[in-house]
Amino acid sequence: MAAVIPLPRRIANRAMDIYAILVLGYLFLPIGVIILYSFNRPEGKFNFVWKGFSLEAWRDPFKYQPLVEAMKLSLKIAATSTAVATLFGTLIALALCRYRFKGSGFIGLLLVLPLTTPEVVLGSSLLSLFLNLNAKMGFTTIVIAHIMFSVSYVALTVRARIRGFDWTLEEAAMDLGAGPVRVVAKVTLPLIAPGIAAAAMLSFALSLDDFIITLFNSGARVTYPLYVYGAQRAAYPPQINVVATAILVMSLLLLGASVLWQNRAMREATGGGH
Amino acid sequence: MAGIAAGGARQNPIAPYLLVAPGVLWLLFFFVVPLIALGETSVAVQRGPWYDGFQRAFTTYGTHFFRSLRYALAATLFAIALGYPLAYFMAFRSGRFKNLLLGLVILPFFTTFLVRTFAWKTILNDNGPAVSLLTTLHILPQGGRLLDTWVAVIGGLTYNFLPFMIMPIYVSLEKIDRRLTEAAQDLYSSPFRGFLKVVLPLSLPGVFAGSLLTFIPATGDFINAELLGSPNQRMIGTVIQNQFLQVRDYPLAASLSFVLMAVITIGVLAYAKILGTEELA
Repeated sequence: MAAVIPLPRRIANRAMDIYAILVLGYLFLPIGVIILYSFNRPEGKFNFVWKGFSLEAWRDPFKYQPLVEAMKLSLKIAATSTAVATLFGTLIALALCRYRFKGSGFIGLLLVLPLTTPEVVLGSSLLSLFLNLNAKMGFTTIVIAHIMFSVSYVALTVRARIRGFDWTLEEAAMDLGAGPVRVVAKVTLPLIAPGIAAAAMLSFALSLDDFIITLFNSGARVTYPLYVYGAQRAAYPPQINVVATAILVMSLLLLGASVLWQNRAMREATGGGH
Repeated sequence: MAGIAAGGARQNPIAPYLLVAPGVLWLLFFFVVPLIALGETSVAVQRGPWYDGFQRAFTTYGTHFFRSLRYALAATLFAIALGYPLAYFMAFRSGRFKNLLLGLVILPFFTTFLVRTFAWKTILNDNGPAVSLLTTLHILPQGGRLLDTWVAVIGGLTYNFLPFMIMPIYVSLEKIDRRLTEAAQDLYSSPFRGFLKVVLPLSLPGVFAGSLLTFIPATGDFINAELLGSPNQRMIGTVIQNQFLQVRDYPLAASLSFVLMAVITIGVLAYAKILGTEELA
């Protein structure tokens, strides 16, 4: 059975492996630069050219007050918009997965359209609305915008995760005499929780990273990406790289934890036997 | 299906509408209504005919539109060329490293978009490593530049949207039944012919989805052009942003934004027609 793989085929395979590794290298190159330059000792205003190793920026990550304020604002916006979008998006996903109803096709389209519209159009059309309404730009308008694009991501992510679940478990619980609140708390939520957690993490990350839509609706408020945008014109301290590296490390830890949790939930759901 | 019917019968028929109401109303108020407001703003002309904004959008900024489409198309093609082999590698040849590779591909998303693009500025600047390497290899002439050229802008666009290309292609390759690829090896004279006849057609929906997820944001993006390019590489996003936030010529700004959306919608529909794929999400 185990046929000998012909030499040209082996060479082609080897070539593809090398190509794939080079592409991965292309993906990581800037990340390596970000981490490396957090240890730079830049001369002048820009962290642009390597001048020598230093731990200075890591020792004093909160040196620049505007950066700290921007980060605080971004975290507040991400927390608020994630909470609302996760609730709204999950409810839509539950309805789409569990009921057949008129208009569900339209809702599917409504969820996809914001993702296939360029951000600059989303941002500028919201700005047009706020201008027409004479709304004051700031925290509220940013949060409104972030909820708008996050709802779609949450609904689509949760829907993909809970498709094909065995909902008869809920009926079994009801037949056994559990009330609706107990069913949701004891059966439904534990089943869909990993999907919701993944969607919430995605929503939080998108909010923290959003620049284009926020730029249109921020007024005078400065979020973390807006601070970085201003910094690359005026002065770009290595603390920006420190913050970026810290976010990367924390996301990796969160991601690792959620993968472990999901594996455990899967084992419990399929392994049975309590 | 039985579960749905039984669950639905037991519950109120308006229950699904109550569940979707908050999210759907939010999208209607802050996605659909704003698009109408954008259209309204585009024709709210102070002097001259209602289409004055559109006229100026085409006559003054036609080059920016074409440049944006050209750059986005180039970035999409490069992303296919770079992303397809990597997706293939992940799906068929990575073995037990598959999940690790999946994590690595989305790793760039955990660093801020702007900081990532600024890192390219560090790599590509005139005193940076890329320029000195390429001049030593005589690929770049003495005093040649990478920063402030279309090479840097298209390279940055390709980089930033590459994971959006890799993931859908990977998913479509992963779904292919392994027995089919084995049969293809037996049936066709060369592995490459087998790939062309069996694997490639089955992975086209992934290429389609990945192309949209790359092309659409790349067309509207202006960070790469602003950070890595000169005014000669300015894209339409910069113009829209500038007209809305600095110049505040709202009818012109809204017209530009509206035209961008129309162009992309037409392009996407035409592309869907050519490929014959109705699969979008």
